[in-house]
Amino acid sequence: MKKILLVGNPNVGKSVIFSRLTGVRTTVSNYPGTTISYARGFLKLGEEKVEVIDVPGTYTLEPTCKAEEIALRMLQSGDVAVNVVNATNLERSLYLTLQLLERPIPVVVALNLWDDTKHRGIAIDLDRLKVCLGVPVIPTVAVSGEGIKELVENIPKATSPGLPVRGRDDRWAVIGEIIHQVQHIDHRHHTWLERLQDASVKPFTGGIIAVAVLVFAFLVIRFIAEGLIDYVFDPLFNNLWAPVVLRLSALMGGSGLLHDVVVGKVVSGEVNYVESFGLISSGLYVPFAMVLPYIVSFYLVLGLLEDIGYLPRLAVLMDTIMHWLGLHGYAIIPTLLGLGCNVPAVLATRILESKRERFIASTLVSIAVPCAALQAMIFGLVGRQGGQYVLLVYGTLFVVWVILGIILHHAVKGFTPELLIEIPPYRLPTWRLLLQKTWMRIYGFLAEAIPIILGAIVVINILYSFGVFRAIASFTGPVVTGLLGLPEEAVISLVIGFLRKDVALGMLALLGLTTKQLVVATVVLAMFFPCIATFVVLLRELGLRKMCISTGVMISAALVTGGTLNLIL
Amino acid sequence: MMPKKRTWKEDELAETMKGTRFMPNGNLVTLTQMRSGQSGVVAEIQGGFGLIDRLNALGIMPGKRITKISAMIARGPVTIEVDRVQVAIGFGMAKRIIVESGRVR
Repeated sequence: MKKILLVGNPNVGKSVIFSRLTGVRTTVSNYPGTTISYARGFLKLGEEKVEVIDVPGTYTLEPTCKAEEIALRMLQSGDVAVNVVNATNLERSLYLTLQLLERPIPVVVALNLWDDTKHRGIAIDLDRLKVCLGVPVIPTVAVSGEGIKELVENIPKATSPGLPVRGRDDRWAVIGEIIHQVQHIDHRHHTWLERLQDASVKPFTGGIIAVAVLVFAFLVIRFIAEGLIDYVFDPLFNNLWAPVVLRLSALMGGSGLLHDVVVGKVVSGEVNYVESFGLISSGLYVPFAMVLPYIVSFYLVLGLLEDIGYLPRLAVLMDTIMHWLGLHGYAIIPTLLGLGCNVPAVLATRILESKRERFIASTLVSIAVPCAALQAMIFGLVGRQGGQYVLLVYGTLFVVWVILGIILHHAVKGFTPELLIEIPPYRLPTWRLLLQKTWMRIYGFLAEAIPIILGAIVVINILYSFGVFRAIASFTGPVVTGLLGLPEEAVISLVIGFLRKDVALGMLALLGLTTKQLVVATVVLAMFFPCIATFVVLLRELGLRKMCISTGVMISAALVTGGTLNLIL
Repeated sequence: MMPKKRTWKEDELAETMKGTRFMPNGNLVTLTQMRSGQSGVVAEIQGGFGLIDRLNALGIMPGKRITKISAMIARGPVTIEVDRVQVAIGFGMAKRIIVESGRVR
C-alpha cells in the first residue's frame, strides 16, 4: 500500500490536516512538539486505499532531537510527502521544503493557516510559488476544512523536481530569492492579542500573568470537578444506584467471597462507596464519581491553555528555575501533562534534546508529579481531614521535586542544553477541536483505567481472603511500621499502587489511619513506584538500565521523604 | 566581548534596510546587551554549525532584522521577534548572537 507522509515544521497544523484526511482523531494543540510519536490512518484516493502518516514536526532533515530523528526515519519509507507549510511564515518553512525537493520523493505543498495571512497583511503569489517550487501548492485552512478536498485531488499530481543538493547557505539564498518574488508584506498595527503576547514573556507582567493563569486554572478545575461530584455523580450514586446495590446484596445472601467481590462489604444496610470494595460499589464509584470529574475538568482546562498557546510562554518564564533542576524551560510541558497522567508526560519528554534531560524529567515526573486520578483521591480522602493536609501533601511533593531535581542535576553526567523555541502566536481556541481532544483524553482514561480498577478489586478481594496480604505485611512490617510509622497493612495499598494509585489510596481509607499517617502514606504512595502503565513507558523510553536506576531513585526518595515526614509531623 | 571580524558589511546593511526607518549606527552588541524594544540586524552568530543550523531553522541568521521583546531576570532566556514570530533563546546562546543595533530615523 502507498504511504503518504505529512511533513512540516512544528506547530503548522499537520495533525489537524491528518484528522481531516483520515478521520482519525489525534491530539492537536498550539505548541511545537504536540505530536511526539507518529499516528497513522487511511485515506481513500479514488479506488485506492492509501496509508497516511502524521510525522512529528521538524525544521530540518538534519535532526536535532529525538522527535526529529523519528521524522527523518519515517521519511525514508514514504511514497508521497505532503509538505505542510505555515503560510504566515513562508520563509522559515521553505527550508524544509527545499530539503524535501532535493530528495527523490514526490511532494505536494499544503499552504496551511491561509486565512491568517489576510489579517496579518501577508500577500502570497500562489502561481509564482508553484512555478518556483515546481510542485502543486494548495492553500488550506485545516481547522475549517477549507482546501482539503483540493489537497486530496492534488496528491496524485505530486512530483519530485529533483533539485540539486545544496549547502545551507545556498538554500537560504534560494529561499531569499523565492520570497522576494512571491511574498509581499504590509505593515499593520499591533492587535491587543499581540500586546498580551509581549506582556506574557516580560519578567514582571509575565510573572503576574503566570500566577493569575495558574490560580485561575486551579480554581476552575476545582469548581467544575466539585460541581460534577456534588450535583451529578453523588446524587446519581446515592439515590439511584444505592438501592440496586442493596437489592443485589440481599439476593446474594449478604456475605461470602462472591458477594464481597461483586457487591463489597455492606455495613448495617448501607453502602459505603469508598470502603466497601466491591465491583459494583467502589469499582464504579471510585473511577466515575471521584476520579472522572477531575479528569474532565483538568483536561478541559489544560486543553484550553494548550490551544491558546500559553504553555511555551510559561516555559520561558520557568527556564531559569528549571535549569536548577538540570532541565530547561520546555520541560514544564511534560511536567504539566504529568498532572493529568504520567504516561503521556513521559512520552512528551521526547521534545527535550538530550538523554540526560529525558532521564531527569521522566524520573521527576514519576516521583513528584501526581496524576489527576491520584489527585482526585487526595482531594476526596485527605481533603476530608482539612485543606491544610492537602496543602501539606502538595507542598511536600513540590519540595521533593525541587530537591531531587537539584540532586539529579549534580549527580547525572552531562550538561543542560539551552532553551530555543518558537513561541506560537496566541490563538482563540477552536471549540470543536478542544472538546474533541478533551473527549479523546477522557475516553483514554476510561478505556485504560476501568478494566484495571475492576481487575484490581477482584485481585484485592481474593488475596485478602487467602491471607496473602497478611504474609506480605508481616514480611515488610519493620520498614513500614518502623520507618514510616504506618500499620503493617498499609504496605498492601503500596503494592496495589503498582496497579492503580487511585484504588490504592482508596484502600488506605479502610485502615482507619490517623491524619498524620494518612499524609505520610499518601506521600509515599504518590512517590513510591509508578503505576504499571507508567512503568511500561519508562522502560520503553529509558531502557532497562536507566529505568532500574530511576526506580531505585524513586524507592529511596519515597522512603527518605516518608521517614522524614514521620519524624517531623 | 566584541567580535574580531565582521561578516555583515555596512553597505549591504544599508541596502537591506532601504526604505525602512532603520538607520545603522555601526554599533555591534550581543543580543543580551540589547535593550528590550530595541531593533537591530543580526551581524554574526559565533558558534559551531550545530548552533548556526538550529538558529537558522528559526529564521535567525546574518542580515535578519530582529526586535528584542524581553529578557528574563537572572540570566534567563531572551525573547525576540523575527519574521513576525517570537523566538525564545537561552542566555548562553543569546550571548553568541551579535547584532548591529540601530536607531530609528
